[in-house]
Amino acid sequence: MELKTKIHAEDGRHDIVITREFDLPLELLFRAFTEPELIEQWMGNKVLQFEAKKYGAWHFENRDDKGNVVFDADGVIHEFIPNRKITRTFEMRHTPFGVQLEVSDFYQLTEDKSQVKLHVIYETVEQRDEVLKLPFKQGINWAHNRLEEFMSKFK
Amino acid sequence: MNLRRDVFQAIADPTRRAILLLVATQSLTAGAIASNFDTARPTVSKHLQILTECELLKQEQTGREIYYHINAKNMKAIADFIEPFRRMWDDRFNKLEEIMKNYLPKK
Repeated sequence: MELKTKIHAEDGRHDIVITREFDLPLELLFRAFTEPELIEQWMGNKVLQFEAKKYGAWHFENRDDKGNVVFDADGVIHEFIPNRKITRTFEMRHTPFGVQLEVSDFYQLTEDKSQVKLHVIYETVEQRDEVLKLPFKQGINWAHNRLEEFMSKFK
Repeated sequence: MNLRRDVFQAIADPTRRAILLLVATQSLTAGAIASNFDTARPTVSKHLQILTECELLKQEQTGREIYYHINAKNMKAIADFIEPFRRMWDDRFNKLEEIMKNYLPKK
């Protein structure tokens, strides 16, 4: 099976590039990244704050069944060009991973196909490698459960 | 110039990924590998050298021929490291695509 999401991570560098093509027009892809109620659905986080503008702040949170905060991340948007580009900082609160810079470029491929390229820059090589080694399985499961809940509404 | 050879650099190139796929199921000589590509033979040799230096391929002398085969242990190291991260994003993006398709104008 073809891998739709591609990760480019070179050893010894402090950045990664994530690319993905979508069977969606560019406008819909960009909306998914910038409208809080849509972000919540596919990221599986609560969006406490998302100011879609230059110097706008954003804040995401995720809690487990008992209400404990298990993911708490925030940052500031530095560039916001609709349907083209978002540059923002990203920091997971209460973790030693430091601040990441995320540059997201959006491309229209055809009328109904689009692409996103996320360039994530970490402070050091060590920080990048630590983040890549985080246990992502848990995150995937949350996401999966959310999808089933959400899609069941359309049945 | 002594470039640092590592697995991530090795798999960054599409021709090298294709070579790894080719030898994943069989050992092949450099000539047999090169015959699968339109690329010039010296270029394929260079790719083989890089893949060997970073220990993704192993060379084995059989008579006068050198056969290349895959070093499965190191291939697994890359997958273990990046794959869970990649899958998390793939999962998120699959979901994004499904959700946003509900917003497509009806044809």
